[in-house]
Amino acid sequence: MAAPKIIVVGGGLAGLAAVIKIAEMGGEVDLFSIVPVKRSHSVCAQGGINAAKNLKGEGDSTFKHFDDTIYGGDFLANQPPVKAMCDAAPGIIDLLDRMGVPFNRTPEGLLDFRRFGGTLYNRTAFAGATTGQQLLYALDEQVRRYESEGKVKKYEHWEFLSAVLDGTRTCRGICAMDLRSMEVRTFPADAIIVATGGCGAIFGKSTNSVVCTGSAQSALYQQGAYYANGEFIQVHPTCIPGEDKLRLMSESARGEGGRVWVPKTQGDKRDPKSIPQSDRWYFLEEWYPKYGNLVPRDVATRAIFKVVYEHNLGIDGKPMVYLDLTHIDRKTLDRKLEGILEIYEKFVGDDPRDTPMKIFPGMHYTMGGLWVDYKQATNVPGIFAAGEAEYQYHGANRLGANSLVSCIFGGFTAGPNAVQYAKSLQAAASNGHFDAERKRQQDINSRLMKADGTENPFLLWRELGAMMTENCTVIRYSKKCEETDGKLVDMLHRFDKINLSDRSQWANTTIAFTRQLYNMLQLSRVIAQGAAMRDESRGSHYKPDFPERDDKNWMKTTKATFAPDLDEPKFEFEPVDASLIPPRPRKY
Amino acid sequence: MANDKSVIIKIKRQPTPDAKASWEEFEIPYKPNMNVTSALMEIAAHPVTRSGKQTTPITYDANCLEEICGSCAMLINGRARMACSALLDNLEKPIKLEPFSKFPVVRDLSVDRSVLFENLKKVKAWVPVDGSYDLGPGPRVTMQEQEQSYPLSNCISCCCCMEACPQFNDDTGFVGAAAISQVRLFNTHPTGQALKRERLSALMGDGGIQECGYAQNCVEICPKEIPLTTSIAEVGGQVMKQALGDLLRK
Repeated sequence: MAAPKIIVVGGGLAGLAAVIKIAEMGGEVDLFSIVPVKRSHSVCAQGGINAAKNLKGEGDSTFKHFDDTIYGGDFLANQPPVKAMCDAAPGIIDLLDRMGVPFNRTPEGLLDFRRFGGTLYNRTAFAGATTGQQLLYALDEQVRRYESEGKVKKYEHWEFLSAVLDGTRTCRGICAMDLRSMEVRTFPADAIIVATGGCGAIFGKSTNSVVCTGSAQSALYQQGAYYANGEFIQVHPTCIPGEDKLRLMSESARGEGGRVWVPKTQGDKRDPKSIPQSDRWYFLEEWYPKYGNLVPRDVATRAIFKVVYEHNLGIDGKPMVYLDLTHIDRKTLDRKLEGILEIYEKFVGDDPRDTPMKIFPGMHYTMGGLWVDYKQATNVPGIFAAGEAEYQYHGANRLGANSLVSCIFGGFTAGPNAVQYAKSLQAAASNGHFDAERKRQQDINSRLMKADGTENPFLLWRELGAMMTENCTVIRYSKKCEETDGKLVDMLHRFDKINLSDRSQWANTTIAFTRQLYNMLQLSRVIAQGAAMRDESRGSHYKPDFPERDDKNWMKTTKATFAPDLDEPKFEFEPVDASLIPPRPRKY
Repeated sequence: MANDKSVIIKIKRQPTPDAKASWEEFEIPYKPNMNVTSALMEIAAHPVTRSGKQTTPITYDANCLEEICGSCAMLINGRARMACSALLDNLEKPIKLEPFSKFPVVRDLSVDRSVLFENLKKVKAWVPVDGSYDLGPGPRVTMQEQEQSYPLSNCISCCCCMEACPQFNDDTGFVGAAAISQVRLFNTHPTGQALKRERLSALMGDGGIQECGYAQNCVEICPKEIPLTTSIAEVGGQVMKQALGDLLRK
């Protein structure tokens, strides 16, 4: 029997983790990525990766990691897979260590750990403040090794367009576009794994990379895959506002002792360093004495919003607060945080070792994603998903340093399960669906190339981003979410009147972007409608009109499915498996 | 003449790999803290040249926009650097953008840098682990060793060092500083050392480490400030030692 053929879409941590497992099991992999995989968005993760190795004598355990994760996610995640992830985490750290990740060390030569948000334990292993980069490189190197042995074939600068589904709606491969020649082609596979990250671009400016549009997930949702918990979007409390994006200022800055504050007096014009302690308001420490600056992200973000918009105490009257590291000695800062301090220095021009940083919350992480079962399988046979592209591990709010572990664990789970599935797969009745899918995608391209309307895709996107950020992030009102959905319908109509400023047939980034934009618009409706429907507050989803969590009615996974005839999402709700930790109120 | 509120950018454009390059000039509204990538986004939204001619958005590589993915390398005012961390305020005007000159142009500012990834295969830039299952912790590493390897591991594969190197060209086939520095990184790793011999062999002969002309451009241009010349010297010594040993054993 021929080796199982698996297509992995996306070459970040989750995708590469899956590739490694498949290659190791003797499977054949085609790996698709818009960018060379070494440039994937995982590279941006900064602070670290969680695993309860209990190397600091604190009595930490994988069960406490599990409990923190469930509690931090406000009891929305199904518990068994989260427990499995936390149990596997120490072994994953060991593996990364063996692969050569230059983790920071203790004087004895052991792995060093630091504290992150939503926990009281030092549980986060880290490589300076560029942990994601170092982890991605370690997996990239292993995949390159398999590539040189002929077990993996990379298709870099290719963009996934859709799955190829046969008459029984079973996945038989993918349709993709070469971003240089613009060729649209189909590729057969026994199973596919989608590891395409989050959907930050829907919100215009975010901490996400350019490729994080959610386009692949949206395309699959439009082909029949469930999209779960779309309304749960993490806004990271500490970002550096910028013209082109919001740059992340890692939670590790607070993990290493960084303090958030504003001047107590409105419009205090003094240099921050000359403001005495008595005139500073350390609001997180005052409001949350137990966790202080290390409350989870949703809590910190709402606190900053409250200080800026209700107390009107933003620095200089602007939406910004201080994140202060200046009390920590330079050597420690350089050893543990250099990467992120350099980012601030390079992009703002001030040295955060000398002067407090000015930060504000920004869209950061997509908790929702393709619905998967505990084997990482979507509801469409043959399609698996892993990493930020799926919804499984973080509930209503992700804890810092849990994303890297969920990516690798998800990939390690998806890979072997896809191989197992492939081994028992029956051959398709015919091959006609490949041509049909290719033609469908080529037709979309020709329509866009010919479209002679008035709408500029880049300007339409800016509008989308501003609207989604305003109405569907930190504070939500049902009416505004519904209005947003109405505007999204208008925008989908306007999309029919698109006009591409580039109609050439070579390396045309405009048409690739325009295709992504359409998928962003469709997925935005899932987010807006999901937010409108959920009448409670849970994790990142906060409605002033429904300020409490409502377990009786809403401890449920939102599942959106696309109704092609109506061109809109339909919703159903699935009870959460809370069989291991009984829900309790979330109070930090 | 551009006023305070706008910036002039000249961009070298080339529609296909075989086409002739030509220059286009843009005037974009100035905003404080703008970088080159945000200027390119602005042009994408309003693709009109300074003389009012409708044109196409610029093709360029970009992803993270925070100088960690290595995508957006190009020549900015003649210097190889990352477009995301190039702030307009700090650049001489008018600003000149060109694609790298030593890599095949794909289109406009986008070039094909796959040669580096091929070189990383040649030098086996990985730790040969037995497998991805749980085999317990890795080797102990002192803080000092970590502080040496971490900077080397920060290489973002942007290829600025290769673009700036006078020896990196078709005649020499020089492998370039980035790959050599990775050899140093993996040769220091307790498990990575297993492939040291093969790595050094890959750096011998034509296109190998001997092509280095000590111009030191690499270390001067590296956006991540990686000690590339130290790496070249160190690996050069290792290659020499191995070559000499091989000679004596013959």
